[in-house]
Amino acid sequence: MVAFPGVFIVRVFYAAILLLAVVVLNFSMMHLAPGDVADTIAQANGGADAEILDRIRHDYGLDQPFPVQLGRYIGNIAQGDLGYSFFYNMPVTDLILQRLPATLLLVFTAQILALVAGVVLGVISAQKPNGVASLSVTFLALFGYSAPVFWTGILLLIAFSLHIQIFPVAGMRDVTVTGGFIVQVLDILRHLVLPMVTLASVFLALYSRLTRATMLEQLRTDYVRTAYAKGLPENTVVYRHALKNALSPVVTLAGLQFSAVMSGAVLVEAVFSWPGLGTLAFQSIIARDTPTILGILFCSALVVIIGNLVTDMALRIIDPRLRKSA
Amino acid sequence: MSNPDRATVAAQSPLAESLGRFCRNSAAMIALVILSLIVLAAIFGPFLYPTDPFEMVWAPFSPPGADGFTLGTDYLGRDMLAQIIGGARVSIMIGFSAAFISAGIGVGIGALAGFYRGWVEDVLMRMTEFFQVLPTLLFSMVIVALFGASLPIITFAIGIVSWTAVARITRAEFMRIRELEFVMAARATGTPPHRIMFSVILPNALPPIIVQAALMVGSAILFEAGLSFLGLTDPNVVSWGQIIGSNRQYILDAGYTVTLPGLCIFVTVLCISLVGDGLNDALNPKLRIR
Repeated sequence: MVAFPGVFIVRVFYAAILLLAVVVLNFSMMHLAPGDVADTIAQANGGADAEILDRIRHDYGLDQPFPVQLGRYIGNIAQGDLGYSFFYNMPVTDLILQRLPATLLLVFTAQILALVAGVVLGVISAQKPNGVASLSVTFLALFGYSAPVFWTGILLLIAFSLHIQIFPVAGMRDVTVTGGFIVQVLDILRHLVLPMVTLASVFLALYSRLTRATMLEQLRTDYVRTAYAKGLPENTVVYRHALKNALSPVVTLAGLQFSAVMSGAVLVEAVFSWPGLGTLAFQSIIARDTPTILGILFCSALVVIIGNLVTDMALRIIDPRLRKSA
Repeated sequence: MSNPDRATVAAQSPLAESLGRFCRNSAAMIALVILSLIVLAAIFGPFLYPTDPFEMVWAPFSPPGADGFTLGTDYLGRDMLAQIIGGARVSIMIGFSAAFISAGIGVGIGALAGFYRGWVEDVLMRMTEFFQVLPTLLFSMVIVALFGASLPIITFAIGIVSWTAVARITRAEFMRIRELEFVMAARATGTPPHRIMFSVILPNALPPIIVQAALMVGSAILFEAGLSFLGLTDPNVVSWGQIIGSNRQYILDAGYTVTLPGLCIFVTVLCISLVGDGLNDALNPKLRIR
């Protein structure tokens, strides 16, 4: 039996290797792509001749061999330096730190909403496999899987911002709203509702379907029959006994979905002009701002890796069987 | 009673049996019919309705049905019907070819990992994990942004990020099948490893792979729609996502320019996933209970 902290250290070590691989991939892509930093700088300054380009390349170390450049890049990232954005005229790290909180807020609230609502729907529909809830889970699952998330967002926008005007059209804050902390928080929440629901719709479908399947399986087992036989009320059996066992595949799936949630967030942010990493990625791709794009890729991979790590640890707390294996 | 005869017939063609099961699944059959219509429209539509999707033919924002344009005109006065037909071509073509690429990569990696085990499996599975960690859409966005937005690069960018599920399924099937007796027999007769992999094991591992590949066509279409919604698409072709992306500022004036192409994506992907589910039930009847 491996001790709990031991497992954690092994996982963190794996995570670090994965992250290093992301950095190497990032750098190789930047290297392979046509054009380099010198071209970008020259462009930003209205062009330059070959001699000046060479000098810029020398100043930025671009004439060094590939491994040396790669080593320097990894060293920089280890110190939290993701390069400089010539488009925004500021360090990429600062730029990303500005936008990261908005994305994290969106991603985590959407995941939590999808998980809670998905599990509740799944449980209800497993209790009554032929009921209305079960039918709605089937339809939700089909919709969530088949509808493009940005389209769902636009439909919600048309319905709840343009026709019935209860939610704001775009952004995260209303500049005209002034007041104390609570007023500000409420304002952000009001902006958050539509993007969060849009993003959650995709994953809600997945989680509710899986919950229903695992719950149906659990409700057929002997221990559930025993629990009923000793006279426990239905809700206790369903939520205390069966759900506990049905939950771990759902949490595993949720953990695996983190990278998909980050991808979905890019589209949702673009629809609702949510000032997060996705919008930044979108803008910097249009501006051909390579350091920023690669910085965002790195940071989102980091978010996914941390998300996976947290899920992994959460699973070990939920499911004692897993504590025995590394 | 001609029981023995029946038994022989059933044993001779498991394929026909699967086909029969698929045909009895009404949801999957309806979906297949709609999907075939969409594919036919994509192939022959431009000949039957030769309006150029890029040409400005009328005043902008003419609603569907008015002025002789079945689906109206967009913000530049281009014919929406022509755009949707043109978009069908690109979306479906990219969907199928990207799914083909990722199925190829996934089967290759999964087969090697499941067949050789040991360090080969370790390395390949770490690689798979690595691709699962990268946020797929962002990674494709980076590829398209760095290497140019042409259809082959977009297709490649989608294929290269979506193979992980196929690899896992293929690996699991190979690990299961390689221990079976007929594989032992093939080994004993000295069949070279590559033939065991691709002529002996692969045909038996195909059913779940086919199902996954079918579902992947749907997700590739969604993926392409997402990229082109963000403007990462070849500017010389129309695609459904791109129509939504370019019209989305005008949802208040002309909601149909956004809802219609979205509906096309939705229906196509829905049909593909229903067909995929039908294939799953037809090819893997034992797994159906779940």
